Amino acid sequence: MVSVRFLGPIKEESLELDIANLKDLRAILHEKAQIKPWLAMSAVAINGVLVEDANTPLKAGDEVVILPPVCGG
Amino acid sequence: MLEVVEGALNTNALYGAWSKLCVEQNLGALCVFSGFVRPEEGLEGLSFEVFMPLFEAWFGTWQERAKAQGVYLCLAHSKGDVLVGQGSYMTGLMGAHRQKALELYAPFIEDFKHNAPIYKYDLRNGQKIYAKDRSHPLKGSGLLQ
Repeated sequence: MVSVRFLGPIKEESLELDIANLKDLRAILHEKAQIKPWLAMSAVAINGVLVEDANTPLKAGDEVVILPPVCGG
Repeated sequence: MLEVVEGALNTNALYGAWSKLCVEQNLGALCVFSGFVRPEEGLEGLSFEVFMPLFEAWFGTWQERAKAQGVYLCLAHSKGDVLVGQGSYMTGLMGAHRQKALELYAPFIEDFKHNAPIYKYDLRNGQKIYAKDRSHPLKGSGLLQ
């Protein structure tokens, strides 16, 4: 299973999903009305590293984090 | 050195620790930047959430970049609530001389604003409101749109 966590203002419970890549995740998240509006402005980290390829494979035990826009300081 | 502390920063203590470190390392210049919460339009304070794995990786990349220039970086940031008049962000750039530290000063602080994985909320009327209009999308955003 792959765990999926949502940071900051996305108030959504974490998910445990049986998925093989980010395209699978995209399809699932697009079905969630609460999450869908955030997807266009959010980045994705796998195991703490930002990724930029939607074909990135996932394996059991991976943690995917969805990161909306940031502002420190 | 990267520190994330609960609540407001003790900026005086941080300055003391960093200046001591500077002297111990035989470095002659310490350039400090501090951010304080301003009292604007009913704002009671700010609140922060930090995603540490990415924050540590971002800082590590900058520390290496700075090290190549002979500069050592210190950064402290708050998590949780910080009230008006208190400090939430402080960074120090140390070098043997001021020139290299000053060259990195603005780029480092600006990159922090755009790429440090921190979520900021305004505290108003007992509510915590995401500062969406002041926030910046991270690299690769929109991958799942």
